[in-house]
This record gives sequence, structure tokens and C-alpha cells, in this order.
Amino acid sequence: MIRAAVLAGIVLALPAGAQDRRTGYDDMSPALQAMQDDPMNPAAFWLIDGEALWSEPAGTRGQSCADCHDAAEDSMAGVAARYPAWDEEQAAPVDLNGRIALCRDRHQGAGPQDRADPDILALLAYVTHQSRGMPLTPDPDPRLDPARARGETLFTTRMGQLNLSCAQCHDDNSGGHLAAALIPQGHPTGYPQYRLEWETLGTLERRIRGCLTGVRAEPFAPGSADFIALALYLQSRAAGLQVETLPIRP
Amino acid sequence: MSVLINVPETAAPGEIVTIRILIQHPMETGFRTGRDGALVPRDIIESVACLYQGEEVFRADLFPAITANPILSFHLRAGETGRVEFVWTDNSGVTARDGRLLTVA
Repeated sequence: MIRAAVLAGIVLALPAGAQDRRTGYDDMSPALQAMQDDPMNPAAFWLIDGEALWSEPAGTRGQSCADCHDAAEDSMAGVAARYPAWDEEQAAPVDLNGRIALCRDRHQGAGPQDRADPDILALLAYVTHQSRGMPLTPDPDPRLDPARARGETLFTTRMGQLNLSCAQCHDDNSGGHLAAALIPQGHPTGYPQYRLEWETLGTLERRIRGCLTGVRAEPFAPGSADFIALALYLQSRAAGLQVETLPIRP
Repeated sequence: MSVLINVPETAAPGEIVTIRILIQHPMETGFRTGRDGALVPRDIIESVACLYQGEEVFRADLFPAITANPILSFHLRAGETGRVEFVWTDNSGVTARDGRLLTVA
């Protein structure tokens, strides 16, 4: 109930143009939409791997994800719709990618993890799949508010040699084109995603790195506070849109 | 490397069914350079064949321009109950195979 009220508040706080929100899926060609809707799309390989890894013991403690969390279908439902969330131990926000890496380190004893490790990516795809079709629901924890505000500042700050902010493309000129590529509104509904350009599965972090190098700015370091802040803002900006899995993007 | 094969479980005799195979593979072209500037060696599937009732019913040659994780789709006329068996070979000569049972009734 409280979460619903917070959600309504966030939706009302959006700029007027944001009422007509379109996801990357809405803007794709029917052929690519059909590819995403087909359960036999290439992102399925990461889902299959993630499902196997879920119950596979890892690290020095020989524990699997399932040993603590039981069936992911129950315990992980809605998690991807809510993250980033607050991490008590670090006293900082953490995204789902970082949470999975932290879990492997802290609870399975597998040591510090590379966020882009194929196993972490597969688990991320599997955990995210448990929130399929659920509305993005920003965590109402007030400790996240400063980071979310920082994310909004980053979104509207001009960066790089091209001196462009995220908002200039994704708020002011969404629906237009950069060469042949459509400029999307930038809602993080479908991550991790199988991007045909990458020919592999990649995270929101990788996607934003592409944007930042595109405007010739220095990309955020992996898992940096600024990236998590931006992810928090993007998620609140997209609140209510559905989590897509297994996402395909051009 | 995983593979996903889509064969209907049952079909009527003479029915035309759609068969699909999605193979996890990098399909590295051999034309790209890595971060050290050296060429990344070619690693592609060169041929995919499908056998049914002891007969080759489909064959495709794949080339460097084919996407990573390729999907192939074709039609087959159901004859007798039997395995629809795929065999694919990469450019280093390694062969893999997998299949599904098609029950015709």
C-alpha cells in the first residue's frame, strides 16, 4: 500500500511529456518484437545457464544460491523490478548485478567478483526473468533518495567532448534519429539484454558505457556510485513500466 | 555451448512441420583484431546437416558473415516416427550432434 502511494507520487512527479512513455520494445520493428516474444531467442542461453548455476554449489563454502533462497520462482519474483536497493554493509546503494556479485563473495566465499563475469551475467538474467512482466517499482527506502537525486543531476548534466546530457537526447529528442538509429526514451525495462550489435548479452552498465563513449565522455567505472545513482534515477523515471525478459534490442 | 532444437512432439503422417535449431556459437569471423591488435582466429560453424529416417533432409553451409548464435529454420514432411538429428561442424573440424524424437501418429 505504502509502496503504491510512493509509486503514484513518482509517476505524478514526472515531466508532462513522460506520460507517453515508450520502451525500446515499443519502438522496435515487428520482426525484432517477434524475435523477443519467441522463447527460442539467443538470450535463452544465458537463462538456461543461470538456472543451472542457481542450484550449483560455488565458492569455498560450497553453497548454492538455492541453499539460501530456495526456488527462485518464489524468492526472486519482483526483485529485479525493485533494485537498485540499499546495502547495509557498504552503507550505499547496490544494483542487482552488484548484489549477485556481493552474495557470491560474502555468502558463498567465492572472493571478489567481476561484475561482467559470464556466470554473474547468467544469474542476473535468471533472477531478472523471475520479474517478467512486473511493473518497475522503485525501492521507497529514503536512504536511496540522495543517490537518486544525484542520478537526476547526472542525467541533465552535459558531458564529454560533444557536450551533451542524457536528457538532451532521451527527453528532448527521443523519437528522433541519430543517423539511422532511433533515439529511445531510455527506459531500463529490458536488461540484461541480448543486443544484436553486441551479439551477446549485456547489462545496463554496458549500454550506458556505449552512450558515454558516444559523447566522448569518460565512462563510469564498473559498479561506481555514479552509475548506480543514474540507474536509480532511470528506474524511477520508468516506474510502472514492465520488466521485459528475454529482451532483444537492435 | 548449448543448443536449442524445436521439433514438434507429434505430427500426422504427411504433415509439414517446422524444425528450428538455435546454436550457441561466437561465429568469430577471423577478420577482427583484439585489443592487442592481433587477429582473433576464425571460429565459425561451417556446416549444419539434419538427418531424418537415415536420410539427409537439410544441409546449410555457414560463412563468416553469419551472426553469432545462428538460428536455422526449415520445413519437413513427417514420414515415420524417428529422431530428427542435427550434425554440425566447425572450421577446426569439431563435430557436435543433437536431436529430438518426432512421433508420427
